[in-house]
Amino acid sequence: MPSDVGARRPHDGRRDGGATKHMATTTEPAVARSAKSGVQPLLVIRNVAKSFGKNPVLRDISLQIAEGEFLTILGESGSGKTTLLRIIAGFESANSGEILMEGERLDLLPPYRRRVNTVFQHYALFPHLSVEENVGYGLRVAKLPKDEIAARVSEALAMVKMTAFASSKPAKISGGQQQRIALARALVNRPRLLLLDEPLSALDANLRRQMQVELKSLQREVGISFVFVTHDQEEAMVMSDRIALLRMGELEQVASPREIYSRPATAYTAQFIGHTNLLRSEVRAGIARCNSLSWKVGLPDGPALFSLRPENIRLATSTGGSDMNVIRLRGKMQHQAFHGSTELLQIVCEDGLALSVRVAARENREGDLLLEFSPADAVPVRESSERGQPS
Amino acid sequence: MSDARSTSRWLPWHAIVVFGFLYLPIVTLIVYSFNGSGVGGFPPHNLTLDWYRMLFADDAIWESVVNSLVVAFAAMAISLMFGIPAALALDRANFPGKALFRRLVLLPLILPGIITGLSLLMLFREADVKLSLVTIVLGHGTALISVATTEVFAGLQKLDRAQEEASLDLGANYWQTLWRITIPNLRLSIVGAALLIFTLSMDEIAVSFFLIGRDNTLPLEIWGRLRRGITPEINAISSIIFVFSLIAIVSWYRLRMTAEGTPEITAEVVETAQGL
Amino acid sequence: MFSRAYRAAITLPPVLWVAVFLLVPYALLFCYSFWSVSPSQTIVHTWTLDNYRELFRVNVYLQTLFRSMWIAARVMIFSLLLGYPLAYYLSFYAGARKDLFYQLVIIPLWVSYLVRAYAWKTILGSDGVLNTLLQYVHLTKHPLEFLLYSPFAVVLTLTHIYTPFAFLPIYAALEHIPRNLVEASHDLGASPLQTFWRVIFPLSIPGVLAGATFAFVLSLGDFLAPLLLGGPSGIMISNIVVSLFGAAYNWPLGAAISLCMLLLVLALLLLSEKLEKKWSFR
Repeated sequence: MPSDVGARRPHDGRRDGGATKHMATTTEPAVARSAKSGVQPLLVIRNVAKSFGKNPVLRDISLQIAEGEFLTILGESGSGKTTLLRIIAGFESANSGEILMEGERLDLLPPYRRRVNTVFQHYALFPHLSVEENVGYGLRVAKLPKDEIAARVSEALAMVKMTAFASSKPAKISGGQQQRIALARALVNRPRLLLLDEPLSALDANLRRQMQVELKSLQREVGISFVFVTHDQEEAMVMSDRIALLRMGELEQVASPREIYSRPATAYTAQFIGHTNLLRSEVRAGIARCNSLSWKVGLPDGPALFSLRPENIRLATSTGGSDMNVIRLRGKMQHQAFHGSTELLQIVCEDGLALSVRVAARENREGDLLLEFSPADAVPVRESSERGQPS
Repeated sequence: MSDARSTSRWLPWHAIVVFGFLYLPIVTLIVYSFNGSGVGGFPPHNLTLDWYRMLFADDAIWESVVNSLVVAFAAMAISLMFGIPAALALDRANFPGKALFRRLVLLPLILPGIITGLSLLMLFREADVKLSLVTIVLGHGTALISVATTEVFAGLQKLDRAQEEASLDLGANYWQTLWRITIPNLRLSIVGAALLIFTLSMDEIAVSFFLIGRDNTLPLEIWGRLRRGITPEINAISSIIFVFSLIAIVSWYRLRMTAEGTPEITAEVVETAQGL
Repeated sequence: MFSRAYRAAITLPPVLWVAVFLLVPYALLFCYSFWSVSPSQTIVHTWTLDNYRELFRVNVYLQTLFRSMWIAARVMIFSLLLGYPLAYYLSFYAGARKDLFYQLVIIPLWVSYLVRAYAWKTILGSDGVLNTLLQYVHLTKHPLEFLLYSPFAVVLTLTHIYTPFAFLPIYAALEHIPRNLVEASHDLGASPLQTFWRVIFPLSIPGVLAGATFAFVLSLGDFLAPLLLGGPSGIMISNIVVSLFGAAYNWPLGAAISLCMLLLVLALLLLSEKLEKKWSFR
């Protein structure tokens, strides 16, 4: 089975022995796996690297995109996500590596010969053309017959529910409407792959949530692979079949949203996606010790880092001590942040350990709290590579 | 932009041709100012500084230079003194006839200079004012108000209103705010306008032509010489004028660069003029 | 936000000055065009349409006007042909050297008009640089006469003067085109050439109109180049006006012609403005 990042690649003699890098998790969701079984992937990105002058922006990216999948490239600003997208679209060329679409070299073609279309971050609608002229642009350039153009344009407008605005100019329609037109303009060309460069970032929160759902169902309906770039991890989780987390030019982890959330590979992943508590522990003879807490683990001796999600810490149901299945601890509540249905509590234990705990919202908590969690929820993660910030 | 294709390969050549077209006359002029055998004749030979020596001994020319400088500074003062308030007024005040005023201020910029010149001549004639350097100063000053107005107006658009509001909020009145906040922020536009006005005044012919009295400005002095016949002395003074113009434009450009990223010099003036 | 006194203080001085030194003179221009000159060379302040009748009666005025417009039209076309590709090159292909090239285009603008016109005079004359050069390399045997004292010389010189004027608004318009539109066009399958005609050029039209208007209007009213380089066949309408205020001493007639020029120029500017609005997609 083709894997996405690194595990199959031999450690290539790096100075640190490669122990901490390039072992990003390569699990794939059942959906993608079955879609790929026996069928070659739509897009193969192989060892792509890109620097701007002396500044390396992408270091050795290898990734595959399956037919019909919704992949999100997630990362902070500066992570290289937009550069990667632009390399796929053809607006930048990689310094090394190659990109293949259905077995043929894509990176050797100029952007106007690739069967790839882009929805730009600020839509890039042509101000001098009407909405329907915008949507039909690619078809006119390809010199398709007039009636076919008209038919496909009205089909595309109907798909994004903008038929009424066909003869308006882009300056006269709202941001959300422009975004739909940008989408229609790209999709009407029936590309093999659709790239979306943070298309929802300019919309307000409610419209954004609505568009997330619409985009997802649109993708399902149309069946084209979508590569979506964003810095918003919630957005990525809502929409994607798989998430590729990019950090400082390298793929940190590529997996389904559930997988990446419950089994983060690194401390960075655990903290970037959702909230987490990082427990620094020492393992000796099968027991992990973090301050005054200890539990059984099947790990070799040495330092270890565990990610424990705040929602996996609950108020203790009974007052007994810790045992094999549940670790109990006591702590003082420092802060209570109301989030609507839940609240996030900042707890400090007697031994100084600080934890975030997510519980159902309730007013008037005070004093000492008795908490518990299952050892199985403490997921071992590696340190992020030293290039990054300390976790 | 990626991938230079065949269409774009001729573009650099075109650019070279245009730059050549723009600069060759000036270069030729300078070269021949050192040519012993006069303005024409290829190839130039007989390298000499004679023409420059003749130039420096030419009192009439230097008198006209002094006249031009005096006129330029005075015109600059007038244009700024009336152009800055005009820009402020157009930006912040509503008054009857504002639209007419706006158009009127811009007219000298767009109309052929001689029309403005002869209109002023008629004014002075009717008012029985004798022609002299003063009338030239009035002419230049008036014609160039529009330059000051458009530059300062463009600068006002870039101004952050919140700064003026903050000043008022902190207790300064309108005049103090104008003096302490608005004008300093417009420094760049004002200096840029001053430089431009100065240069335009030094070279002005069309308006001056009609308003000249007994004292010549430099361009008119040269003009007079030209009617009598070409001498390489004129090449010499022209070369010197070129050097000064070069210094002026480069200073102008550097000035703009210090504050903003891309100075769009006269284009901005032009745009604002259209916008106004 | 601003007090009455403040607004009055910034409004009154410029308005008064402009009223005295612009409004009144232009009004006088209007009046003069309807007055006449007596044989003893004084201005007669009686109202008459004689000057205007004269304009249409005597051929030379209209002829010269049309010749001036034809010269201005050629200057406009050549300035655009030279200026547009230059602006396009600077805006889209020059990269890091864009600023330097921009300065290089602006510099000639600041150099004295007189100096530049004079330079051409020394180049185009029968003993001038170009003719002697051509003879020196044996391309011609005799000096080419049409180079100087002809409409050719005027068009050439004015094109030299006004190409940077045409360049500036075109460059500004091209710079305003968001680069992501070019990328979007490529993304949708259009080659660079197709992208130019379908996206870049349409969006640059307001700049082209502005540049064309400058080149045409400024050339039309020019009097220096024809005087220095035009010869008898290259006289333009402004030269006639200047002589009417000089040797020919007929101020009212000169005023009438000037007024016509002024109206023509204003009409062209209005037309240009309307067209620019139509082609601007903000």
